[in-house]
Amino acid sequence: MLDAVFFYTFALMTLTGAVLTITRKSAVHSAIWLIVSLLGVAGLYLLQQAEFLFAVQIVLYIGGIMVLFLFVIMLVNLDEAAKQRQFNNQRWIALGCAVIVGAEILYVLAKGTASLSLPAPAAAPAAGGNTEQIAVSLFRDYLLPFEAASLLLLAAIVGSVIMAKRRA
Amino acid sequence: MPLANFIPTADDYLRYLPEIILTVVGVVIMFLEAVGGERRKPALGWLAGAGLLAAIWGSVVALGVGGTGFQNMVIVDGFATFFRILVLVIGLLTIVSSTQYLDREKANAGEFHALLLFSIAGQCVMASANELIMVFIGLEISSIASYILAGYLRDDRRNNESALKYFLLGSFATAFLLYGVAWVYGLTGSTNLAEVRRVLMTPESAPNLVLMGTAAALMFVGFAFKVSAAPFQVWAPDVYQGAPAPVSAFMSTGPKAAAFAVFLRVFITAFGPIATRWEPFVWGSAIATMIVGNFAALTQTNIKRLLAYSSIAHAGYVLVAVTAHSEIGTAAAMFYLAAYAFMQIGAFAVVTWFSRQGEKFVNVDDLAGLGERQPMVAAMLTIFLLSLIGVPLTGGFFGKFYIFRAALDSNLVWLTVIGLLNSAVAAYYYLRLIVVMYMKEPGAATENIGPVSAGLRVAILGSALATLVLGIFPSLVLDFAGRSAALVK
Amino acid sequence: MNFFILSLIKAGIVAFVLMTTLAYLQWIERKVIAHIQLRVGPRRVGPHGLLQPLADVIKLLTKEDMIPSHVHTLFYLLAPFLAVMFALISIAVIPFGGKVNILGVETYMQLTDLNFGVLFILAMSGVGVYGVALAGWSSNNKYSLLGGLRSSAQMISYELPMALAIACPLLMVNSLSLREIVDAQGGFFLGVIPRWAVFQGPWPQLLGFLVFLIAAFAETNRVPFDLPEAENELVAGFHTEYSSMKFASFFMAEYANMVTVSCMATLLFLGGWQPLFPAEYGSKFIPTLLFAFSGAIAIYHGLNPARKWDNITLPAAGVAFLGVALIFLIPIVAEILLPLFWFAAKVGVILFLFIWIRGTLPRFRYDQLMRFAWTILFPVAMVNLLITAFLVAVTTK
Repeated sequence: MLDAVFFYTFALMTLTGAVLTITRKSAVHSAIWLIVSLLGVAGLYLLQQAEFLFAVQIVLYIGGIMVLFLFVIMLVNLDEAAKQRQFNNQRWIALGCAVIVGAEILYVLAKGTASLSLPAPAAAPAAGGNTEQIAVSLFRDYLLPFEAASLLLLAAIVGSVIMAKRRA
Repeated sequence: MPLANFIPTADDYLRYLPEIILTVVGVVIMFLEAVGGERRKPALGWLAGAGLLAAIWGSVVALGVGGTGFQNMVIVDGFATFFRILVLVIGLLTIVSSTQYLDREKANAGEFHALLLFSIAGQCVMASANELIMVFIGLEISSIASYILAGYLRDDRRNNESALKYFLLGSFATAFLLYGVAWVYGLTGSTNLAEVRRVLMTPESAPNLVLMGTAAALMFVGFAFKVSAAPFQVWAPDVYQGAPAPVSAFMSTGPKAAAFAVFLRVFITAFGPIATRWEPFVWGSAIATMIVGNFAALTQTNIKRLLAYSSIAHAGYVLVAVTAHSEIGTAAAMFYLAAYAFMQIGAFAVVTWFSRQGEKFVNVDDLAGLGERQPMVAAMLTIFLLSLIGVPLTGGFFGKFYIFRAALDSNLVWLTVIGLLNSAVAAYYYLRLIVVMYMKEPGAATENIGPVSAGLRVAILGSALATLVLGIFPSLVLDFAGRSAALVK
Repeated sequence: MNFFILSLIKAGIVAFVLMTTLAYLQWIERKVIAHIQLRVGPRRVGPHGLLQPLADVIKLLTKEDMIPSHVHTLFYLLAPFLAVMFALISIAVIPFGGKVNILGVETYMQLTDLNFGVLFILAMSGVGVYGVALAGWSSNNKYSLLGGLRSSAQMISYELPMALAIACPLLMVNSLSLREIVDAQGGFFLGVIPRWAVFQGPWPQLLGFLVFLIAAFAETNRVPFDLPEAENELVAGFHTEYSSMKFASFFMAEYANMVTVSCMATLLFLGGWQPLFPAEYGSKFIPTLLFAFSGAIAIYHGLNPARKWDNITLPAAGVAFLGVALIFLIPIVAEILLPLFWFAAKVGVILFLFIWIRGTLPRFRYDQLMRFAWTILFPVAMVNLLITAFLVAVTTK
């Protein structure tokens, strides 16, 4: 019961935040709604007893990335841009697509999850806690993707420095 | 848990030798760039080249160990080794053909080479991926480095346009790929290719096929973008036209070959059991790609743009081989990608030399009289163009031949017919270039043209030689391709 | 006892103690700074200005609550709430002592023991920057905006070395629960040296502690890192447009953050409530001696008054101190109070350091601040972490 209440609260936070993120005109408002949405996701993680993911979601996304987002938005002051009309005229097409996807989802929901024959959910984490589980899967099972991701980030950093540095 | 459980075995490291070498050399180059002065700049190119050669040796060593490694994350088989060596050779040709260009445009060599190596490392990761996560990370490494390379001349507007378009559309396509990966994981409970295949093969655990088809379609969008297949090809002409010519050569061959490698591996191993689901849309995309590429190329006046459309068309031919999803088809695709890489890089190398500083001369008409002024280079370009058409005695001929044979073997008659008709259309615009070179009077562009630099000469001669060797002794490569084409044991 | 009632009681006690600490921290700060600068500080309201915090609170509550016409009202109002909320919430997971048994009720001296307490505090301190950043932006004033921007950049930059420094004791202890971290720091080497993380093998965390402290100063926007509110450049920085209680909220948040990071430093590096030296050498008599000594001094000065009223107030304080000293001699009570004493003493020392440094050091220039974070602090923290990780990996069986 309590779990359900929490779930719907966080789910509502996530979805409302997401919708408002893309509909607000002011960039700062969008960023703040995105933060709300991310907080909702963090709550969902906590509800799944993935406390490490919860903390990392907040530390990295909300406490790190979004702060930088806000920083840049505040720095360049997008208020003027918000006043201009957006020039994408495809919103009706987008609405059509959304309606189709929504209808599909409703159809699938109506049929029930059994018809999807989804795999059994992963077993509940054994004793030792979520943090240790993540460590094992990150540093043993997925060690190589983890290391390869560092190469990805290195390339991205070098790239952004090249793009941003002053002319020699 | 004891520490020893976390340390990979020595064999695992050997299986990953090429990627490790490339990363280390790339980092060393960046480091030397920072500490070394102007004097040492030329050495960086040599170092990058040496790194690529070492990585080729590393690929051979890795094949000697073989098998899967790093908890099933990578698989080192003939297929992976073939594509590793292919992208490494493409990298070598790119480096030799870009030295003069970098000097000419006064661009910084250190980061260029480092990014190039990172991009190639990403492509090697893709070639040996046995896991959707590795596929994604490899694709991203390769792409991000390419985005930067496409806009490497930061003060050039066309470079900026190219990089921005590539980046925005590329990120969008990658999101589709990632979404597809998420679907696959949700439906099968695994991201390991062999495991996904196993789940799909087992009747009692097989997920809803409609949803699985959707997952495949989402991933197809991601791959189709990277190989510039229709209807996701719109970026290619703008990007290849705007990017520095050696980078265009690289982008239209290396990332494309690696993307086809993962495309083949994912769709034939993991999605093999549901081939009837994905075959129709790959089939449709193959036809659309060939038609769009060839017909749009007919009217192009810019050589880089023309080569971009031709590159789209060639992706369409390879898609025909993918549609066949047989061992012969895979082998044909492998051979075709190798042959295509040499002729495309060769053609772009000529453009690199011909366009001069600021890429002033990139129109078809600028080539007028090249046959008279520089008969040697003109002859080489003719070889590449004939190979792109698919004339016998060139690599392009056997590439097309094997692909259409594989398609016929899989009863794809209509696809074969349309492909052949397209080849005939393609002959027109390639021949137009040859006509301009030999039949027109020399113009301003060909009058005062300097000699070909040593690096470019190596690139052009090497590519031409490879094109001819593949055309005359195709079995050299085809045998290896045929032996390693069995992705599913 | 019912978990709910117990938690409520504990929350009430913690909230009361924390709020009082926050109020009096300001009084202490003003006093200490005053003495550093050869002044006497507040002494009008109550004996030795002891009622000054109360007067300040009344003043701030009754001042006119202005909302300037040009602000983004919602975020303008939200910002001080966010600042205070995220500053206060961390205290919920901080343990002040071990398990105690009061009147037959067994409980931990801690509101809640999260098994990822460290991460939780990091998360909350990371989110705390929104209060400042939003205040700066919503005030719609260039000085405020600059303050908010400086704060965001500063927080992000110093959070990295701080997290890296925190990771080292975690690696050595192999836990994320604050209570387990403190428990692992109990005991002594050679019978005398405490096994606190700053002294403990395989790699004593002196460097990590230093990095953590420096980053903590920056995270709490304290001198020498108080760029977001640098008054001689930015009027009052991010809270220029705030008045009344909303202004006070930012102050409260700052002091609460100071308390939190001091608690963190104590728990992670200084062994929490573990005593400085073993009980067999008489460490349990330290509080008694300390309070008795303070009481004696107070009474001595009371007998030789320098100012009016001193002959009444100082002896009264002296007697109170002596009483506290006696309480620590009662074995049952001492068992409960000793850990609290050690914890409070360590936190107090660090808080004093905060104030001391404020009275001593000038402010950084902004570029120096950034360069220091990225070119000195970050590499040092990184190297420290690598050494720690390596040694831990080698020495762990």
